[in-house]
Amino acid sequence: MNKPLRRVAVFCGLLVLALLARVNYVQFVQADQLSSDIHNRRVAINQYAQPRGDIIVDGKAITGHTTTTGSDFKYKRTYVNGPMWAPLTGFASQAFGTNMLEGVEDKFLTGNDDRLFFNRTIDLLTGKEKKGGNVVTTLNAKAQEAAFKGLGDKKGAVAAIDPRTGAILALASTPSYDPGSFAGNSKTDSKNWTAVDKTNDTDDPTLNRALRQTYPPGSTFKLVTAAAALENGQDTDIDANTKTPNPYPLPGTRTNLVNEGHIPCKDASLRVALRYSCNTVFGKLGADLGQQKMLDEAEKFGFNSEQFIPVRAAASNFDKKMSPDQVALSSIGQFDTAATPLQMAMVAGAIANNGTLMKPYEVDKLVAPNLSTIAQTNPSEMSKPLTPENAQKLQSMMETVVNQGTGTNAQIPGVRVGGKTGTAQHGVGNDKAPYAWFVSYAMTDQGSPVAVAVVVEDGSANRDDITGGGLAAPIAKKVMEAVLNK
Amino acid sequence: MSSSNTTTITSIGAPNRRNTELALLVFAVAIPVFAYANVGLAKHGSVPAGLLGYGLGLGLLAGIAHLLVRKFAPYSDPLMLPIATLLNGLGLVLIWRLDQEPVLGAAMAPKQLMWSTLGVALFVCVLVFLKDHRILQRYTYISMFVALVLLVLPVFFPAVYGARIWVTLPGIGSLQPAEFAKIIITVFFAGYLMVKRDALALASRRFMGLYLPRGRDLGPILAIWAMSLLILVFETDLGTSLLFFGLFVIMLYVATERTSWIVFGLLLSGAGAAVVGSSEPHVKVRVQDWLHPLQLASNGGVTETAQSMYAFGSGGLFGSGLGQGYSRLIGGIAPKSDYILATVGEELGLAGLMAILLLYALLIERGIRTALAARDPFGKLLAIGLSGAFALQVFVVAGGVTGLIPLTGMTMPFLAQGGSSVIANWALVAILLRISDTARRPAPSPAPSPDAEATQVVRSQ
Repeated sequence: MNKPLRRVAVFCGLLVLALLARVNYVQFVQADQLSSDIHNRRVAINQYAQPRGDIIVDGKAITGHTTTTGSDFKYKRTYVNGPMWAPLTGFASQAFGTNMLEGVEDKFLTGNDDRLFFNRTIDLLTGKEKKGGNVVTTLNAKAQEAAFKGLGDKKGAVAAIDPRTGAILALASTPSYDPGSFAGNSKTDSKNWTAVDKTNDTDDPTLNRALRQTYPPGSTFKLVTAAAALENGQDTDIDANTKTPNPYPLPGTRTNLVNEGHIPCKDASLRVALRYSCNTVFGKLGADLGQQKMLDEAEKFGFNSEQFIPVRAAASNFDKKMSPDQVALSSIGQFDTAATPLQMAMVAGAIANNGTLMKPYEVDKLVAPNLSTIAQTNPSEMSKPLTPENAQKLQSMMETVVNQGTGTNAQIPGVRVGGKTGTAQHGVGNDKAPYAWFVSYAMTDQGSPVAVAVVVEDGSANRDDITGGGLAAPIAKKVMEAVLNK
Repeated sequence: MSSSNTTTITSIGAPNRRNTELALLVFAVAIPVFAYANVGLAKHGSVPAGLLGYGLGLGLLAGIAHLLVRKFAPYSDPLMLPIATLLNGLGLVLIWRLDQEPVLGAAMAPKQLMWSTLGVALFVCVLVFLKDHRILQRYTYISMFVALVLLVLPVFFPAVYGARIWVTLPGIGSLQPAEFAKIIITVFFAGYLMVKRDALALASRRFMGLYLPRGRDLGPILAIWAMSLLILVFETDLGTSLLFFGLFVIMLYVATERTSWIVFGLLLSGAGAAVVGSSEPHVKVRVQDWLHPLQLASNGGVTETAQSMYAFGSGGLFGSGLGQGYSRLIGGIAPKSDYILATVGEELGLAGLMAILLLYALLIERGIRTALAARDPFGKLLAIGLSGAFALQVFVVAGGVTGLIPLTGMTMPFLAQGGSSVIANWALVAILLRISDTARRPAPSPAPSPDAEATQVVRSQ
């Protein structure tokens, strides 16, 4: 009987071997995949098992944490002035995940980032509680406040950057929401979450308009067209006659491109055309330059590509295949042209920085719980859309706009300010209230410390009152003043 | 002249290894006590108040069992009692650890401790009153009857969690008769096969290299097969039917030494599994869960299967440490019984889980060794039957929980919460110890021959 017994022994051994192989497969081979599966609640539990690191602005934390009971989650995120900072921070919710900076830097904030491995190990050995790292941002609290308060009840967005480095100074979007109102996982949190969802709130408060919404840029896009004309030698003297008819017949069509109101656009110089915002002059310039040159210049400014600051900003659009009349319309910021507020701030910033576009960024550095710097963002050049000479020509034109043209509301005594207004029609047959734009920069002896783009979409305002100079310029002025410490 | 004085050398008894057992038992008690303290420190930051009581209790149980083994089965295998004690002790700690999660319902550890005490009591009773395992042979057909009754009984009771494997006694609780039937039916198989094995083995025709049994000899295997299928269909209990059928095939093979029985067994179980797997909705769900473990439930929730997979995966190599995992997410009552291995996997990691599996492997190996060493065919069959049943149960449960095979509703012997299981398995170990005691007992030394003394002339020094 012993021979079959031995065989049964081998069989039982194989059974155990199969089990061992299986547990090795599950707990070793599949372990990473299983432990990070989105349905594995441990992922969320670990995210909130220790105090989350803070997001810092101007040396002060704009986030915090509080302990919660009655659920798996130990700590809950809190926000100081949540609605104002929401476009920067995004939210970190026990129940609804993370987004924006909270999402992109989630691993660092929770302390699970590999770069914090050494710190974690030390904490483990010394018996300290695991902590998350802090994210130090480049934002300017005063500028942000000016932007958020300036927008007030109106729907819109502001993006401000430091043209010299690309550091983002303000990112505001209204109407906003309080990320702290649904940071937990209670019924109230759930109710608040549903309330701000765009299916229930048509204003879509969780949309980050400064980074993720593209608007038709309207006349502010004429800056790009002017830059293209100067760079391609289409026009070298900004005070010379551009030989433009008024109205300008769109090439290949029987449609005439006209100007808003009675303004001196016939044969106007570039400076005059920008000051009065002549559609005819810039439409013709764009059409004369042609599709490719316009596209190249727009892309040098950052159009048609997403920016990662490190939060993703939507790609602004300039079409790649158009007929000459469409190029003309696109060159005055109509047709399919669309831009985020950040994109237009980059356009103003590149001009103010003497033609060099710096890569925009909002995270200055990542700091470990023991205050050592783990990563630092160094300003880097993104492109050179203009030569310094041409940039200075364009600056001069933009300063004329503020001093004598449509942008007088942005004047700051004793400071060189350049800007451009825009009033973008949209909707079928332009039946919706237009968007009011203003992009500008302020100049000091040490170069330009701030470039800002403001867009206001206000359906309730009187249609005729909506102009870039009227609605948007005062907000831009406040933001620039905040940065200049005026 | 040394060859002539054999009678004066007193035979030194074969080492009985009882001291080895004692030393191992110290570890088997100490490890769960440390684990218990570990859970308390992790969950509450302090050594649990019941530590001393628990340690003493487990130590006392192990000590009494050891002393009685010394007295009543002195030559028995020294490894089985420590392994069973260790597994039982760790099981108690794991259940107590899961008791610390309020979402998992009432505390189960005190009850489990009571069942374990009863289990050890039964273990002791078997050792004391079962002087020789061959006595069981007398009860072959009574065993068959009792086992059938136990197996059929749950059909008349309401299904619990989709399986009819429980007998609910008002006021006492619920019993899982299959756990006891497992032992009793092994006794029947061993007795029956011992008598019939020659007929089954020899009266056969050779066909295509296989020995085909006669039709009338095929009867019993078909009957057992039918019974397994009936259990499967009426009690929707995949595990038990697999266990009984597998057990029978193993014992039949050992008794007859005919490979053909295994081929028949596999064919029959394959056919049965195919039919039931495609028709029985309960089994179908299990198979679906097995094929797609991470698929969300129809209500969008995460299934128990997925939760247990997450628990294993999150444990990784070394686990989160006792008391620091989240196996409570599995929810319901199963974490303490069917899914107890998920807690092992998450909190003790791959290392701990493999150690536990190897403990089971060692226990099975000692059982099979006992079968090899046993001198009588009934003892051999009984020992291999019990070890085989134990091995199949471990495989079916552990394989089911880790997703190797479809999940079945059985409990991990000793480790999982469940009174019937722990009591029955202590009895199983007791019977194995009894067989091993008989097997390892040295042959009685020949009686001193008076003739040799009388004719001895010279006494060499």
